[in-house]
Amino acid sequence: MAEQTAKKEILLPSERKMSRKEKRDYTLHEMKRNYMCYVMLAPFMIFFIIFTVVPVIMSLPMGFTSFDMASFPKWVGFQNFYTLFLDDDVFMKSIRTTLIFAIFTGPLSYMMSFMLAWLINELHPTLKTLFTLVFYAPSMAGNIYFVWQLIFSGDQYGYLNAFLMELGITYNAKQWLTDASLMLGCVIIVQLWVSMGAGFLAMRAGFQGIDKSMYEAGAIEGIKNRWQELIYITIPSMGPSLMFAAVMQIVQAFTCDIVGRTLAGFPSTDYKVHTIMTHAFDYGWVRYEMGYSAAICFVLFVVMLVCNNLVGKMLGKYMD
Amino acid sequence: MAKKKKDLKPSELAALREQENAAALAALKKRREKEHKKMLKSKGSNKRVGKSWTNDIGIFLLLFFMGLFMVFPIYLAVVNSIKPVQEVFLMPPKLYAMDPTTENFRDLFKIANNSWVPFSRNIFNSVFVTVVATVLHVLFASTAAFVLSKCRFPGFDFLNQVVVIALLFNSTVLYIMQYMVMATLGMINTYSALILPIISTSMGLYLMRQSMTTIPDAMIEAAKVDGAGLMRICWGVVMPNCKPALMTIIIFEFQTAWNANGGGLVYDEALKTIPVVVQQIAAAGIARQGAIAASAVVLMIPPLLVFVLAQRNVMETMAHAGMKD
Repeated sequence: MAEQTAKKEILLPSERKMSRKEKRDYTLHEMKRNYMCYVMLAPFMIFFIIFTVVPVIMSLPMGFTSFDMASFPKWVGFQNFYTLFLDDDVFMKSIRTTLIFAIFTGPLSYMMSFMLAWLINELHPTLKTLFTLVFYAPSMAGNIYFVWQLIFSGDQYGYLNAFLMELGITYNAKQWLTDASLMLGCVIIVQLWVSMGAGFLAMRAGFQGIDKSMYEAGAIEGIKNRWQELIYITIPSMGPSLMFAAVMQIVQAFTCDIVGRTLAGFPSTDYKVHTIMTHAFDYGWVRYEMGYSAAICFVLFVVMLVCNNLVGKMLGKYMD
Repeated sequence: MAKKKKDLKPSELAALREQENAAALAALKKRREKEHKKMLKSKGSNKRVGKSWTNDIGIFLLLFFMGLFMVFPIYLAVVNSIKPVQEVFLMPPKLYAMDPTTENFRDLFKIANNSWVPFSRNIFNSVFVTVVATVLHVLFASTAAFVLSKCRFPGFDFLNQVVVIALLFNSTVLYIMQYMVMATLGMINTYSALILPIISTSMGLYLMRQSMTTIPDAMIEAAKVDGAGLMRICWGVVMPNCKPALMTIIIFEFQTAWNANGGGLVYDEALKTIPVVVQQIAAAGIARQGAIAASAVVLMIPPLLVFVLAQRNVMETMAHAGMKD
């Protein structure tokens, strides 16, 4: 309620069609009235602007240049983008791979995180902590996914190969991470394994933040089963956490790179696990064509922005 | 009804409305009473619906088997870290250590101690960077998140947009630009280069902001009426009600700061953190297979401790958290 009236107060003068000077005076007045807000924002915003916003703004135009890190960037207009979309077969392939990964680490992982967070929430408090830890653990240790190399190793030392051969399912070791037909599946499994990260934990926090008395009230109001409880009480109460998790999942889904590169090698067989981000890494840090690399990242950024807006619309009513 | 609604006089119309309202209210009351009676009849009227023994066991089993899949690789890393060298290359590989040893861990520390600077210095660096970055980020980001979620002022929408867009932006060039900013400010190869980039990320801020929007405005209005300033409202009223989110960003920040390796911004041996040193050791290849596993296990312990402490804190506070309407 109060939020709405506050919004109205700001909107009202604009309805009156003020002159430019009036508008400026009004804004100044509002800024003075709310000076405390700016004081409280300042400590964070100073660092945020200097070390995040400024570098981001500086990187944006780099996609339109030719830049090798040694000489000053040279403006080339849309040249990078022409090459990217018309003349780069590997990029086209990487779009496909990225989309495959994005489906698994995006929507699928998002729904899994939600279901798991929900199920965990139904348990006894000690078990809650334990299971949250279990599902979050893979994201906790920076590069623990290297262990999968031991499991998927292509020789008989690999756990999976040894296990299958022991059971007599196969007689020769499978090349899990170099065989073009197997590696995509293997990397997807590992991607899923590490994807219960920030989003999952934020959802857990969202569940924990719900007031328990809401459920009792719900039961009195005639909620019959847990499903209704979820739809009418739980989801509306944790909407903002869902939005946060969605943003995290979008970032994760579109920037899949390091897991595939570590496990399947770089470059991977037949570019099977070559994502857009891997492509950007290739051009940026292997060939030192930073301008081209920045153009790739720029395209990815636009795609992510569009996705974010779509998801924002879908979860729209929970945004604020 | 004899007359149409629009032909009625205002006074008659009002009377009609009142009548309708009264009827609706009576019906509602009746329904409530019926439901209330039903509630009282069913046992444990103040318990959650659909909560039962069998359900709980089913959920537990499902989570247990999925949890096995999640934990198995980590278990392998732990087992590998306590295997002696000859067992690491055993055929077929074993799922347990037949002759567990701490050799790998001792190796790790021996190598670490033989490097240029004493390992204690690296430990100090890591602890210092982690604590300072976590505390500052949590303080700054929470305050800013409160303003960005609960106050209206010119620039409000714009700043909120910037926070999300900064999260989505991810570029290979970004690091170079960050390097240039750092170089301009003369911060290359200092503690600032390790700490400040961590403080300035917007992820924690965004999570706090999202969580704070669920706090009812009435609570803040009440505090305002009681004469509390914004700072007081933020830390005295809003923050205690955002404990789960607060603990979550502490976990995130601790983890990020603990794993920070300074990128290319720090090259002095005396400033390197534990992850960097451990990476250097593990980079020696196949001969250090056990040491790699040991290093992963060692690096995992501090974030794990913080996680458990933070989660326990959430449980305790949520147990007797009261007001939230």
